[in-house]
Amino acid sequence: MLKTVLNGVTMKNPVIAASGTFGFGREYDQFFDISRLGGISSKGLTLEERFGNEGERVYETPSGLINSIGLQNPGVDAFIREDLPFLRQKDTAVIANLGGSTIESYLEGVEKLNETDVDMIELNISCPNVKHGGMALGIKCDIAYEAVKQVRAVCKKPLMVKLSPNAENIVEMALRCEEAGADSLSLVNTFQAMAIDIYKRKPVFNNVFAGLSGPAVFPIALRMVYQVCGAVKIPVVGLGGIASWQDAAAFLMAGATAVQVGTANFVKPDICLDIIQGLEQFLKEQGCRSVSEIIGAARV
Amino acid sequence: MPVKHCESAVVVENKPLGNGIFKMIVWWPYPAEAGQFFMVRGWDKFPLLSRPISVHDADGERVTFLYEVRGEGTRILSEKKPGESVELSGPVGNGFPVEKIKGKVAVVSGGIGIAPLLLAVKSLSGCEVTLCCGFRNQSYALDSFKPYVQEIRVATDSGKEGHKGFVTDLFDPADFDVVITCGPEVMMEKLAKSCIAKKVPCYVSMERHMACGVGACLGCTHHTAHGAKCICKDGPVFEGEEIYA
Ligand SMILES: Cc1cc2nc3c(=O)[nH]c(=O)nc-3n(C[C@H](O)[C@H](O)[C@H](O)COP(=O)(O)OP(=O)(O)OC[C@H]3O[C@@H](n4cnc5c(N)ncnc54)[C@H](O)[C@@H]3O)c2cc1C
Ligand SMILES: Cc1cc2nc3c(=O)[nH]c(=O)nc-3n(C[C@H](O)[C@H](O)[C@H](O)COP(=O)(O)O)c2cc1C
Repeated sequence: MLKTVLNGVTMKNPVIAASGTFGFGREYDQFFDISRLGGISSKGLTLEERFGNEGERVYETPSGLINSIGLQNPGVDAFIREDLPFLRQKDTAVIANLGGSTIESYLEGVEKLNETDVDMIELNISCPNVKHGGMALGIKCDIAYEAVKQVRAVCKKPLMVKLSPNAENIVEMALRCEEAGADSLSLVNTFQAMAIDIYKRKPVFNNVFAGLSGPAVFPIALRMVYQVCGAVKIPVVGLGGIASWQDAAAFLMAGATAVQVGTANFVKPDICLDIIQGLEQFLKEQGCRSVSEIIGAARV
Repeated sequence: MPVKHCESAVVVENKPLGNGIFKMIVWWPYPAEAGQFFMVRGWDKFPLLSRPISVHDADGERVTFLYEVRGEGTRILSEKKPGESVELSGPVGNGFPVEKIKGKVAVVSGGIGIAPLLLAVKSLSGCEVTLCCGFRNQSYALDSFKPYVQEIRVATDSGKEGHKGFVTDLFDPADFDVVITCGPEVMMEKLAKSCIAKKVPCYVSMERHMACGVGACLGCTHHTAHGAKCICKDGPVFEGEEIYA
C-alpha cells in the first residue's frame, strides 16, 4: 500500500531518513531494523574527509534545532569502503548525499559514486554551514543551474537535487534545476538562523549563522513544497520539521512523492516507524489502496 | 550492550535532596554500566530535545539518576511522581573501564559531576578508593558512597562544609594509581594535566551540548589524540591523555 517508486527506484514506503540526521544508519539500527525504512540518505559526503566546524554545533530553540556541523564526514572513499557495504546489507534504498565546495569536487565525487551500487545521488547544493560553496550554490539560480547541469552530464545515477529554503526564489530555483536535468528535487534543507549568547555578548556559533530545522520550520517548508510541486513536473521529496505521520501526510497531500524525516529522529529514535505505521493506518481508514491516492490530494 | 527506547519507564521514586538536586529511581530491567547515560524526556513536545542524564546507579532492575534542576527539562523531571513515567533511550556511551582500574583510586567530582561516579565505585573491585568531591555550599548523595570508599574528602566554594576552595587542593594525584573524574571542564582539565605530568592514568567523563546522544548528529564532536570523536558515542569517558595531552 505504501510502495513508492522514485526515479525508477522502488521503495517499500515513502519515508526516508534525512541526510545528516541518521549517520550511516548504524546508530539507529541499534533501536530498530532500518530495513523497514523506504530509504536512507547518508550524511553529507565530500570528496575529502572533513572535521567540520569548531565551537558550538547545536543549539535548541522553541520547537527547533540550530546546527552548525559543517559537513563533518569521512569522505566519499571511506564511505564507499566502510559504510556502503553495511547499508547495502539492509533492504532499503541507499541515497548518497553529496556536498562540496567547488564544482570540480562535486564532479569527482559523482564519478566515484557512479561506480558503486548506491541507488541515487542527492546533490546538496544547500548546506548553510560551509564557508565556500554549499549555500551560495543554493541561493543563486544561475549558479545552481550551471552546477546541476555539469553534474548531470557526468552522473549515471538518478539525480535528486536538494534545495535550500534560503534560495532567492524557491520556485525559480526548482524550475532551473529541473531544466538542468535533475530527476527529482528534495526540499528543504535548513533555514539560515542564528543565536546570541547574551552573557558572553557574542554569537553562539563561530560561523555566526547556522541552520534551523525541526517542527518550527514545518509550515514554511510545507508551503515551499506545495509551491514547487505546482511548478515542476519531476517528483518532489518533501521535508522540514516532520515529527508525526500527520505531518508526513500533509507533505504528500501538498504533492510530494515521498518525505524525509530529520531532526525528529533525535527526539524519538524510532519515529520513522511510527510515521510508516501511522500512514498505513490512515490510508486504510481513508479507504485508499495506495499511497499515490493521497499525493497532491490537497492541491487547490 | 543492548540499547533500547522505552516510551514509558515507570518512576519508582523521585526525591529532592536539597539545593535543587533530585534522585530519581526508574524501573529498568536491563543492564546499564558505570559512566553510560540515557537520553531522558518526561514531556511530549517541549523542550524539543531529550536530556542526557548519567547512570547514577543500576542493578539490572532499576536505574537511578541524580540530577540538578537547571532549566525546563530538569524542572519537568523534578515534578514526576512515583507511578508516572519517563521516556528513556539508552543506555548509551562508553563508560569507565572498571576492569582496568586497580590499586589506589582517587575519584574526583565537581558539583553534579558526582552523578556517574557512584556506579563507578560500586563496579570497582580490589581497589582502595578515596572520594574527593567539590560542591558549591553543601554536599549531597555521599551516604550512598560510604560503603564503597575508604575515605571521603569534601571541598566547598563557600567553605560551609569541608575545605574552602578547590577539590583539587584535597589530594595529590601522585599518591594514587588511577584518577577518575567528572565535573566542570576547567576542573577536569587542570586535574588531567596534572595527572599527565605525574604519569598517573586518568579517566575523564566529558559533557557537551548534544542533540541525538547516539553519534548521528555529530553535534558533540571533539578533537582527541585519536582524531575526531563523538562525546556521546565514543565517550563520554575518555583517557585524560586523549583529550588534554
Ligand atoms: C553525557 C552527559 C551526562 C549528564 N549527566 C547528568 C547527570 O547525571 N545529572 C545532571 O544533573 N546533569 C547531567 N548532565 C547535564 C544535563 O544534561 C543538563 O543539565 C540538562 O540537559 C539541562 O536541561 P534543562 O532543560 O533542565 O536546562 P536548559 O535550560 O536546557 O539548560 C540549562 C543549562 O544546562 C546546559 N545544557 C542544556 N542541554 C544540555 C545538553 N544536552 N548537554 C549538556 N548540557 C546541557 C545548558 O547549556 C544550560 O547551561 C549530563 C550531560 C551530559 C552531556
Ligand atoms: C544535525 C544536522 C545535520 C545535517 N546535515 C546535513 C547534511 O550533511 N546534508 C544535507 O543535505 N542536509 C543536512 N541536514 C539537513 C536535513 O537533512 C534536513 O534537510 C533539515 O534538517 C530539515 O528537516 P528536519 O526539520 O526534518 O530536520 C542536517 C540537519 C541537521 C539537524
